[in-house]
Amino acid sequence: MTLHFKFWFRFASPQAFYALAGRLWPGLAVLATLLGLWGLWLGLCVAPTDFQQGQAYRIIFVHVPASWMSMVIYMAMAFWALLGLTFNTRLSGMMTQALAPTGALFAFLSLWTGALWGKPMWGAWWVWDARLTSELILFFLYLGFIGLTAAIDDPRRADKAGGLLALVGAINVPIIYFSVRWWNTLHQGASVSMTQGSSMAQTMLTAMLLMALSFWFYAIAVALYRVRTLILVRERNTHWVGELLKTEELSQ
Amino acid sequence: MNPYWAVLRRDLALALRRKNEVLTAVFFFVVVASLFPLGIGPEMGTLRLIAPGILWVGALLASMLALGRLFAADHQDGSLEQMVLSSASLPGLVAVKILAHWLLSGLPLVLLAPVLALQFDLSAEAIGVLMATLLLGTPLLSLIGSVGAALTLGVRGADVLLSLLVLPLYIPALVFGAGAVQAQTAGLGASAHLSILLAMLLVAALFTPWACAVALRIALE
Amino acid sequence: MIWNSLSEFWAMGGYAEYVWGSFGVAALFMAIEVAQVSYERKQTLLRLRMLQGVQEPAMDSHA
Repeated sequence: MTLHFKFWFRFASPQAFYALAGRLWPGLAVLATLLGLWGLWLGLCVAPTDFQQGQAYRIIFVHVPASWMSMVIYMAMAFWALLGLTFNTRLSGMMTQALAPTGALFAFLSLWTGALWGKPMWGAWWVWDARLTSELILFFLYLGFIGLTAAIDDPRRADKAGGLLALVGAINVPIIYFSVRWWNTLHQGASVSMTQGSSMAQTMLTAMLLMALSFWFYAIAVALYRVRTLILVRERNTHWVGELLKTEELSQ
Repeated sequence: MNPYWAVLRRDLALALRRKNEVLTAVFFFVVVASLFPLGIGPEMGTLRLIAPGILWVGALLASMLALGRLFAADHQDGSLEQMVLSSASLPGLVAVKILAHWLLSGLPLVLLAPVLALQFDLSAEAIGVLMATLLLGTPLLSLIGSVGAALTLGVRGADVLLSLLVLPLYIPALVFGAGAVQAQTAGLGASAHLSILLAMLLVAALFTPWACAVALRIALE
Repeated sequence: MIWNSLSEFWAMGGYAEYVWGSFGVAALFMAIEVAQVSYERKQTLLRLRMLQGVQEPAMDSHA
């Protein structure tokens, strides 16, 4: 057990993590692309047409994975934030900040595709459905995190303040979701149903899962790539970065 | 002398000397509540319907406006650092500061609400529920907002950033606060909403001073 | 394969704007994100090398 601990803690050093991330991200990017293509093939060309919604239902193959990812990434940010605040590691703060833009992107895509799905289905660009409203609030949480970390000049303070904010946000997400659901059912708002009561065809489920996995690997790949740049900036005064910068072969 | 009592007295005394800061939040609440009917139209039925939401949002925004004042002055003159370094419990001192802040920025809103509610022709029972929700809600908003205020201490553009940070966290309070008044008006009874608000207030009172203290230490390192 | 022709595929049963508006925007923004992180890394390397004195400052005003 102690041996395993020591193994993982080695990667808490920015230098070791820089190398690890460099080896991991290309493979993840390839995986993301392959899974994405497969998912798109199933979702756009193989999955049967929905009886009630016609072809427009296919938007779920990007809407649902984007929603899932926006939530998973926020949880990942909260995880790294907790790690960073507990162990005071520099890298945790960098990972949290590296994940945020991608999470915000998926939250935005979830809202955008949700609107494009809502218009043909329910006649309105925006319905105050509990899930969509919660997604909007999650988008604001992302923007708040990005805004706060961008506004604080001292990187260590930005890390910790952002980390605390991410944690407070993560703890509040269930409360916010519950209260929005309460608010929604009380006022008999429209409810966005994905399958309109019918059970999902197996192909649809597979396609959605493939797209979700594809987005997940994409997010990790982008975050790892982004954190490498962040590490270079933060650790620019160290010896190993100095040596690294001198090397000509430094394309990726 | 008891440090908590000293901080409370100091904050109250200082704020009362700078009355215009205290009055800004109150005035904002009045203006918002008075402008909406002018913007929407005098139809009493409509106004009665939207009153809980408008009054609650007005109180929420007024409360948010006042948040910047919570730590800024003490941060500038160095007394905040003294509080952080002192042997007294920082969460305790924070709680006391929030209490003083609420007494001056939150409680006046609660007391003003019935007057403003008259503009919307709310029934007496509804006004009662409104006051109860604001009595529970404004301290809750102050507590939640204090964490945001501590995080943005001395940061560029802190006011706007604070609003962005704190807005998502305010939504449960808004939903149950305004919802309680609407439930009362609809004849459904507001006890469930009020219980939930009370529960949120108690949890916040327990945890947010501690989170706020952590945020202050981060800001002052 | 449920489509009989490419034009049917593009038309998406009349919902083309909505479906391709969704997938298209998603693909576009993800492509922009990839381009942006790549650009950011290149710029960072340039700037850090310049600070180190390894790299000559670029002639254009962007560096």
